[in-house]
Order: sequence, then C-alpha cells, then structure tokens
Amino acid sequence: MSHALEVRGLAKSFFGYPALAGVDLRVEAGEVHALVGENGAGKSTLMKILAGVQQADAGTVLIDGEARTFSHPQAAYAAGVSTVYQEFNLLPDRTVAENILLGREPRRLGLVDRRAMRRRAAELLAEIGVDGISPNALVRSLSVAEQQIVEIAKALSYEPRIISMDEPTAALAEHEVELLYAIVRRLSARGVAVLYVSHRMREIFELCTKITVLKDGALVATLDTAETDESEVVRLMVGRALSAFFPDPAPGDDRSELLSIDGGGNAQLDGIALEVRRGEILGIAGLQGSGRTELLEAIAGVAPFTRGSMRLDGRSYRPRRPVHGIDAGIAYLTEDRKGSGLALEQSIEDNALAVVRSSAPRRARAAARGLTPLLSELDVSARGPEQIVRYLSGGNQQKVVLAKWLLLDPGLILLDEPTRGIDVGAKRAVYEVMRRLTAAGHAIVMVSSELPEVIGMSDRVVVMRDGRIAGALDRGPSEEQVAALAAGTAVAA
Amino acid sequence: MSGTASETGGRGTRSAAIARLRGGLGSTAGVYLVLLGVIAVAAVVVAAAGRNLFTPGNLTVLMTSIAVLGFVAIGQTLVILVGSLDLSVAYLVSLSSVLAAGTMAGASGGTVPGIVTALVATVVIGALTGCLVAYLRLSGFIASLGVGLLVAGYLASYYRGTTGKASPELAAFGSASVGPLPVPTLLMLVCLVLAVILVGRTRMGMHLLAVGGDAHVARMSGVRAGTPVVVAHALSGLCAGIAGVVIVARLGVGSPTVGEQGGYDLLSIAAVVLGGASLAGGRGSLWGTLGGILIFAVVDSAMGILQVNPFLKEVVRGVVIIAAVALYARRAAPLVRRRFTDAAGPAPAEASAAAAARPTASVTEGAER
Repeated sequence: MSHALEVRGLAKSFFGYPALAGVDLRVEAGEVHALVGENGAGKSTLMKILAGVQQADAGTVLIDGEARTFSHPQAAYAAGVSTVYQEFNLLPDRTVAENILLGREPRRLGLVDRRAMRRRAAELLAEIGVDGISPNALVRSLSVAEQQIVEIAKALSYEPRIISMDEPTAALAEHEVELLYAIVRRLSARGVAVLYVSHRMREIFELCTKITVLKDGALVATLDTAETDESEVVRLMVGRALSAFFPDPAPGDDRSELLSIDGGGNAQLDGIALEVRRGEILGIAGLQGSGRTELLEAIAGVAPFTRGSMRLDGRSYRPRRPVHGIDAGIAYLTEDRKGSGLALEQSIEDNALAVVRSSAPRRARAAARGLTPLLSELDVSARGPEQIVRYLSGGNQQKVVLAKWLLLDPGLILLDEPTRGIDVGAKRAVYEVMRRLTAAGHAIVMVSSELPEVIGMSDRVVVMRDGRIAGALDRGPSEEQVAALAAGTAVAA
Repeated sequence: MSGTASETGGRGTRSAAIARLRGGLGSTAGVYLVLLGVIAVAAVVVAAAGRNLFTPGNLTVLMTSIAVLGFVAIGQTLVILVGSLDLSVAYLVSLSSVLAAGTMAGASGGTVPGIVTALVATVVIGALTGCLVAYLRLSGFIASLGVGLLVAGYLASYYRGTTGKASPELAAFGSASVGPLPVPTLLMLVCLVLAVILVGRTRMGMHLLAVGGDAHVARMSGVRAGTPVVVAHALSGLCAGIAGVVIVARLGVGSPTVGEQGGYDLLSIAAVVLGGASLAGGRGSLWGTLGGILIFAVVDSAMGILQVNPFLKEVVRGVVIIAAVALYARRAAPLVRRRFTDAAGPAPAEASAAAAARPTASVTEGAER
C-alpha cells in the first residue's frame, strides 16, 4: 500500500549550505506525525518544499505513491497538501469567508456569489467543530486562537490529503490548545494525514503517533510515540541529554523589595497588589486575555494604571509613557518581538543600540563597545553585529531583543512570552540568561502561557484572571494549582 | 460608543459584528457624518453672509463641479486600494484633453476617433505604470511620478496653449442634463457604481483588496499578485482619460496644462483619504470617496458663493483634510476591551463590591483613555 505522503532523499541547499541533506519521511493517511528538531534543523525547509514555496534540489515527494513536484503554492494545494503557517496568512481587513476562499471565490453569472461564500465558510468551520466564528466577521476582530482556526479552515478548504502545521499552538493559551487537539483528532479521524511541527513535547506525546527527529538537515530517527519518551526525543534533537531542563534557581543575595503595586487599576485591570524583589523571577500565569500583558504594560508605562500607586526602589513611581519606565530602569520585552521589539531590516547592532541611543545617548559609545562581549555571552549565533536581524532564527532574534535592553542595565526586566516560537536549545539559553540576571541582582517579571516554564522558572507565581490577581503561589506549584486559579475553579490558597 | 462597551468585552460573533459596524460600515458612515457637518457649517456661513447655499443654481454648479474630480478619484481609489498611488493622473487628464480635442478638431465625425484615441493612450500609459509597479517592483509613488513627468515633457514639447476643438456632439454632451443632474456627473456616478461592483462583487475586485491588504498573503493563496495592480493602474488611466474628455466637452478645447491647473493628482488622493481609505492599501470604499469629493465640492461651492480669496480657499481645504482625517483616526482607534470602565461598563458581578470601594477619581478614566 502506498503512503499518503512519502519523501525520499529530499535535499536543499542555500548558498552552498545544506538545509536539508537527504531526508526520508513516510506519513500514513489519518496519522498525526510530529516533526521535531532545533531551529535550523530543516523542519521549515521541509515544510516549505511540501507547500511549494521552495523547490528541492534533489529527492522526490510522493503523494499516494505518485511522484509530484510543486513549483508554486497552488500546485501543492492541488496535489492535496495544505499548510498552516506559524505566521498567519490572513487579511485582517477582510471577512472570515473572504479569507478562507481567497483566490477561489465561488461565482454565479460572473459575479462573486457572496452567499455561497458564506455558506462554504460556515460548512468548513462546522467541519472542524467550531460554531462561534461568523463567516462575516472581520479577521482583525478575532482573537489569535480564532484566527488560527480560520487558518486551519482555509487549509481545509483545499480538501487536502495532508495538512502540515507549523507550531499551531505557538500563539494559543493553554485552554485553547485543547480545541486545537480536538480539531487535529477530527482531521485524523477523517483520514487526513497531519504533519505536526512543534517544540512542545507535551503536545507531541498527547497527539502524535510517530515522531521524526531532524538535526542539522538530516534525519536522526523516526520513533513510535508509544516506545519513546520526552527525554529521548530531546536528547536526539539536541544531541545531548538535558537532565534538568530548567536551570537551578540562583537567587541573588539582596532580596529587598524593588517594586510594589498597591491597588493598581485601569480599563483592563483592577485591584492589582503585588511586590517584586531583587534577584527573583516573578511568574505571571493566566489565560490569554486575563490581563497578564496589560499588567506588564501598566508597569512599563505603555498603558499606565489610572488608579492605585506604585513604588519603585522606595520612591513613588508613576509612569505615564514608556520612556518613564525606561528612565526608571525598567526593560519591557514585548510578546510580539517582530512587531514591536525589533526592526527586522536593520542590523543586530542598530537594533541592540536603539534604546540606549534614544534614552541615554551619552552611554551609546560605551554600550557599543559592550555589545560584542554581550552578544557572545548571550551566545547569539550570527556572522557579526552588522548582520540583518531578519535572517536570524527566532531564538537569536529574542537574544538580540534581550541584548538591547540589557545594555541599559535595567533593574527590573519585564518579559512577555520570552520563549515563544524558539527551539529547545535557545529556550535553555534564555533560561540561563534569566538565572544569571537574577543572580546579579536584577528582578524579572515573566508572563508565559507555558505552565512548565512558569513553574520551572519562577520563584513565585501570580495567577491572573479577568484583569485581577486570582492568587499567588510560592515556588514550585503544581500545574493543577495554577490552572485551577486561572480558570476560576478554586479559591486562592 | 459607551453603550457598546460591555458588549465588546464578550467574545465571538457579537463583538465581531460590532467591529464590522465600526470598522467597515462605520468608516464610510463617518465620512457622510463629516459631510453633513460640512454642509451644515457651509449653509450657516453662507446664510450669515445673506446668501443661500441651496439655490437650484448653486446646486447645479456643485453637481457640475464634481464630475471631473469624481472620475479621477474613482481611478485613484482603485489604485490606493491595491496599495499603490497614481501621481500621473493630472498629466493624463491634460494628455487626454489635447488628444481628444486635437483628433476631433471640431468635426462631427471626429467624436468617436477622438475619444478612442484619448482613452486608449491613457489606458496604455496607466497599464505601463502598473507594470512598473507590479513587475519592476517600483513603488507606485515613484513609477507614476516618473511616467507623469514623461507625459508632462511630451505635452510641453508638442503643445503650446490650447489646441483642437470639441465636436458639436461632445459639446452638447458636456452641457446636457437630466433633471438637475448634468450628464457628465451622471456618467461619473454610473462609473462609480460599476467600480463598486468591480471591487465588491468580482474576483478581480477581491484580489485587488487582497493584494492591497497583504501581497504576500494574496500570493500564498494563489492570487496572481501583479494582475490587480496592473488593472487598477490601467483603470486609473482610463478614468483620468474620461476626465480629460469631459473637460474638452466643457471647455470646447484641449489644454496641455488643464490637469496640473486642476491639481487633480493631489486632490484626488486627498478625496480618497477624506473618503476614509488607508494609504497603505486594502481598506477604503468608493462610496467613501464620493463622500470625500462632495465634502470638497460643498466647501468650494460655499467659498465660491462668498467670493473668498483663492489663497484662503487652499487654506480652508487644507484645514478640512487635516481635521477630517484626524477625526477618522480617532474613530478607528483599536478596539479596546473595556472591563472596568467605571463610567459605562457594568463590571462583573463579583467586582461590584470592589467598585463601590474605589476612589471617585477613577470616574474620569473613561475620558482619559
């Protein structure tokens, strides 16, 4: 019997550097097959070749036993391969239906049949078990999770035999992930083969029956999920055992209070009271939309509190604009590093020095001298400070954002989803940097949707719900405790 | 606005519908609200000077005045929707006028050849600009500026002053009217409706909006991203060409400088922006553009009646553009989920106790944000 998807000896080089070196892969109909590997392992290249965005130098792709080459994304769709990208391919100002059927709008008498379009979109959404999204809604009015669903419905509209998904949960909060699981299982039950790219081990073990591990463009192994475990997969990915994924805490000696908030509130937040101590990592957990990001924005002065008071380093602190936060020694690394954290077309150096140049120009020259040592300390792999940020991997981009703020020597560092979309190796590096910072007396407030990360890294965890603090937990709470507080099913202990 | 505050907090279709109301319909409705405001102010100012804005004569002048800018702005809207810009329209209007008037040279038999010559030339030049944008990856600003200057150079070299003569039929077309509506204005409105159908109800229109919204996304969805750009520029050329023919019908002659004198390049862009479109592309509407043109027409008409000094006219136009667009920017502020707006939003039940204990100063918060 032929496989839904078979890849033989696929190879692709960029400027002489092999991104894929003879990879084999077989996926059966209805199988959920995980594709894992560090950034640069070749997952994205493999996906892009399957999507017709890039063309292989050598090797064959067989769909149901038939050799196919995709010179264009449409050719891949026509052959039954749909791709759900990590960066959404949606038009924010168009409706859900227009987005799903873009390029294939149904027509009647030469004009676009909007009614048929809405009907088809509603059918597709119903097919994946979602009824809360109107085909008439503008995509910009949807939550990230809803946009992800629209993206999947769009992939499904090509009636694919194979769907490949690139980090489909990267933008989702924990409870939304369940919905995605249900969708993937539904697709699999209908006989669609799913190629599932993810960094999150828990998802892979929950969903996938097979795991293919890539490293440096080559196939390392294809494993049965039932016959392996997380540590084996991670070891194969990084080529070394990660005995403890989260580095041990290294609190600084000085644990005095740095920031305190009393009764803080604004349009999104209410009754916020917390304190942050030097040398600690305060984790902020909660569902998406619970006010986690808003809390960081209030502290940084992006969307300030309009009620209550804050004290920073013993003095009253009332930021009204981001610059007040920066001047007070607060660094804020946003969730959306490409949108508001980095100028992608500029060099590492220009990005890293951006804040220093604007807020402390007199220190810019010293900072420029300190940049190269800092970059190597952060283990940024790049040709040099002049490399354009766009061409760095996600993990390295995140390190550049970190470098930008560290050059200011901030007392308090606010991190929003610091490891979103970066691979395990880079995650580990970010964690180690965080530990070094706290050991040096910096305080960190970290928002994260990944419970293991919040629990593994935080000295204390504050759980948000509906714009309020639902509860605070000491070091090492269980996932259940945090989830219960976040969902509002238990009262704070 | 405050009435919807609690509803936007809810997820799903309801908030989506509201967002559509505010973002989609809302922006065009906003244009017409501004238009009503402008009419009211103009009427009062004119009345204060002891005149009447709404006499049949004044209305006819107003209706006549919107035809030429209307045509140009329809094309400009398409180009801006696809994410480009057309700075060559003023020169194309002039070119069309001299080609049409020159070819017909006052002869009855020359009507059709004159119009065809003018329109073919402007469509081809528009399509050429579109190709520069779509395939040589020039920005619309630069491509159309360059092409416009080429046309300007041609006009300056080969024409000195007015040229040619409108055929009797064309002149009759220019002065005819159906009821209160001048025929050229009627034709402009018909073209507007056709353009609305093109954008809203054809694949080409959908792809035009998609490419304007995000060319990469359009391409990944199998849309040939170059085609809508070329089509939009070609149609903009066509519209500028028709505008030039209408000018010949009105003036009786062609003129190599009539487009520049009319300032149709920047005025048409301003009308599109006044109509609520985004210069980044992908967002805007033709009905909004009509509103933008009417806003200009009312302001000009009022100042014409009052015989305002021409320099002051420009100042008033500038103020209107800036004020209107600033107003839209406020309306289009991102949807903020408000959960604790003390002034309006009913807070969640468990919050009521805390809300009661809150300092009263927070009541002003709604006004601040």
